[in-house]
Amino acid sequence: MYVYDEYDHKIIGERVAQFRRQTERYLAGEIPPEQFLPLRLQNGLYVQRLAPMLRIAVPYGMLNSGQLRKLAHITRHYDKGYCHVTTRQNIQLNWPQLEEVPDILAELAQVEMHAVQTSGNCIRNVTTDQFAGVAPDEIIDPRPYCEIIRQWSTFHPEFAFLPRKFKIAVAGTQSDRAAIYFHDIGLQLIKNTKGEIGFKVLVGGGLGRTPVIGSVIREFLPEQQILTYLEAILRIYNLHGRRDNKFKARIKILVRAVGPEAFADMVEKEWLNVRDSANHLPAEEIARARTFFPEPQYLRGLDDVEMMAPINALRGEHREFGNWLSHNVQRHKIPGYRAVTLSLKFTGVPPGDLTDRQLEIIADLADRYSFGEVRTTHNQNMVLADVQASQLFELWQQLRQAGFATANVGTLTDIICCPGGDFCSLANAKSIPIAEAIQREFDDLDYVYDLGPIELNISGCMNACGHHHIGNIGILGVDKKGEEFYQVQLGGNSGYNAALGEVLGPSFSRDDMPQVIRKIINVFIKNREGEEEFIDTFTRIGMTPFKESVYAKAH
Amino acid sequence: MPKLTNNGKLQADDWQVVSKESAPALAEMFSGQWLVHVKWYVENQEELTNRNNIGVWLDSDDEAESVSSVIGHLPVIGVNFPVFTDGRGFSIGRTIRERYKFTGELRAIGNFMQDQLFYLKRCGFDAFIVGDKVDAESMAKSLADFSDVYQAAVDQPVPLFRRRLA
Ligand code: HEM
Ligand code: SF4
Repeated sequence: MYVYDEYDHKIIGERVAQFRRQTERYLAGEIPPEQFLPLRLQNGLYVQRLAPMLRIAVPYGMLNSGQLRKLAHITRHYDKGYCHVTTRQNIQLNWPQLEEVPDILAELAQVEMHAVQTSGNCIRNVTTDQFAGVAPDEIIDPRPYCEIIRQWSTFHPEFAFLPRKFKIAVAGTQSDRAAIYFHDIGLQLIKNTKGEIGFKVLVGGGLGRTPVIGSVIREFLPEQQILTYLEAILRIYNLHGRRDNKFKARIKILVRAVGPEAFADMVEKEWLNVRDSANHLPAEEIARARTFFPEPQYLRGLDDVEMMAPINALRGEHREFGNWLSHNVQRHKIPGYRAVTLSLKFTGVPPGDLTDRQLEIIADLADRYSFGEVRTTHNQNMVLADVQASQLFELWQQLRQAGFATANVGTLTDIICCPGGDFCSLANAKSIPIAEAIQREFDDLDYVYDLGPIELNISGCMNACGHHHIGNIGILGVDKKGEEFYQVQLGGNSGYNAALGEVLGPSFSRDDMPQVIRKIINVFIKNREGEEEFIDTFTRIGMTPFKESVYAKAH
Repeated sequence: MPKLTNNGKLQADDWQVVSKESAPALAEMFSGQWLVHVKWYVENQEELTNRNNIGVWLDSDDEAESVSSVIGHLPVIGVNFPVFTDGRGFSIGRTIRERYKFTGELRAIGNFMQDQLFYLKRCGFDAFIVGDKVDAESMAKSLADFSDVYQAAVDQPVPLFRRRLA
């Protein structure tokens, strides 16, 4: 993974000193609260229902074991002993003290981490596929480009006071695991007919109260031009994005207002002025960025079938292990290796939550089984990306002990869920208890497996932090005369076949929710053809059968 | 109001900003130092060019391009920040320097804040009109918040990746 050099250390160190001084000036009354607000937000600190929260950046989801141990120490020493993995691959603390935040940032800097631009109206943490570099369907490893974009966007002087926040995601695979159609800018790495690397560029996607699927504004942008082109897009947005209404300030509203073609023209015109600037990437810089993501010291020449045979043989004796192999273990580009997803979706624990002790256990497991590295995922899980197949059983036993072996990855109970009313002051309704109630309702794993892959996403309000619009089943907390209700949406899809869910009908009370989901699943089972996935059945039969069943009058 | 320079010194400043709405009387502008709105300047440029006591100011919704035709005649350009959250001035400043090659004084006016000074400087501003009671020493520190930067801008036209490769 990326390793800081003296420049990075100096710049991040100076950032900590800057924020320490700003905090002191704020506490001394020298910075008014409205001016301190963007300063603390751009250092990851925002004040919520119960306490300030601190969002720590995990650039494109990559962490090493030393960083995990530091995070464990921080959660124990400065917080209540747990943290939360977010849907943008970051780590969130729920209870830090404002006065101590500069110290937390200084501790993070020791392990080459920070909380820079994880909040506020600026360019946020760049996200990508959690299986970057190991996925068999990968065309190009996105991480070197993510790192180049990270450095360009870090403390960018022109784009720190944008109309609204700005999120960029990069995908380099055949199937999209980074939701690039739902970001302000989505970048898909591709090769043209000459074999040259470049990007398909999408703009104006997003969720929130106005969900929009991004539009392609350029089919092929040569890789050397990525920074010049990003700079042109950001400048157009900075100058022309709406600033009069915060709910209409995202780039998606601008792109919609002028139309994607006209927007593309504006960008191309601006780009002509900057395309030959010093931001044009030399081939050496791309090559240098690649050197930070070398392949680990894999054992070469392993025979995959041979390696997996004894492991698969254990399925009979250990059914749970077999389930885990089928659901939480993913294929790897190197024969004899597998990527293992640690499920953070144990019933009764808020999705994505981790204790200090668990962070340390993951660090130890990463050291022993996966070259000391782990990744966070936008589905709020973690991944050990480079596990030797022969060690899978041993690893499983340890994961089970630590509570990470719930064999539900990609299933109905692998729920994405925002913090909701338990933590968030914008919430209309709680979301964590709904996730738990659904997990309890569907506690028969064999039944859940038979259903195949289903994404169920929950947000506590229309800000959509839990991505409810793009869950195959989406649940949205709504407020009805001061009472918590839940609206259900069906048909969302986060991949390259991007789709937004449609509303099923009037909302439900919390107690009704498990039964509502049960009825939806029953309609699916009744209409399913063969091994069809939920989303395909939905696309085929449409909303009506679901509506009829869920709203049928009881006799 | 005093002017803070790029090296953190406070100086007295006599440039007066003429509002967009008022139509200044040319006769009154033979003496004194005046920043008139860019549109008014362009409309009246025949009578104004080569007057080194008249500059222009742009608001955050003006285009940098609006100043391009007269830029060679201007000793000072001001860019207004109506509120500190309005970041358009950063793009305007950078474009005036990088695209239109302005070499005179580029000053930030209006409601920017101290903790934006470093970014303003990076975008090409070299003067900042500040309040009467500011702590100049503290502001000088803010101007120097970082000693190195990743990306190219006006103050450092070579991005770090090119300097690393060199
Ligand atoms: C509890 C404190 C939080 C607050 C107050 C908050 C607030 C918001 C708001 C206001 C938006 C909508 C912004 C817009 O559309 O312009 C938003 C979007 C979003 N939030 Fe949060 N959020 C919180 C926590 C989280 C957490 C913990 C996660 C990850 C699990 C998260 C992930 C997201 C994502 C992915 C979006 C993007 C939606 C989009 O593309 O528009 N948020 N958040
Ligand atoms: S979706 Fe709403 S309730 Fe959930 S975290 Fe975001 S703002 Fe809070």
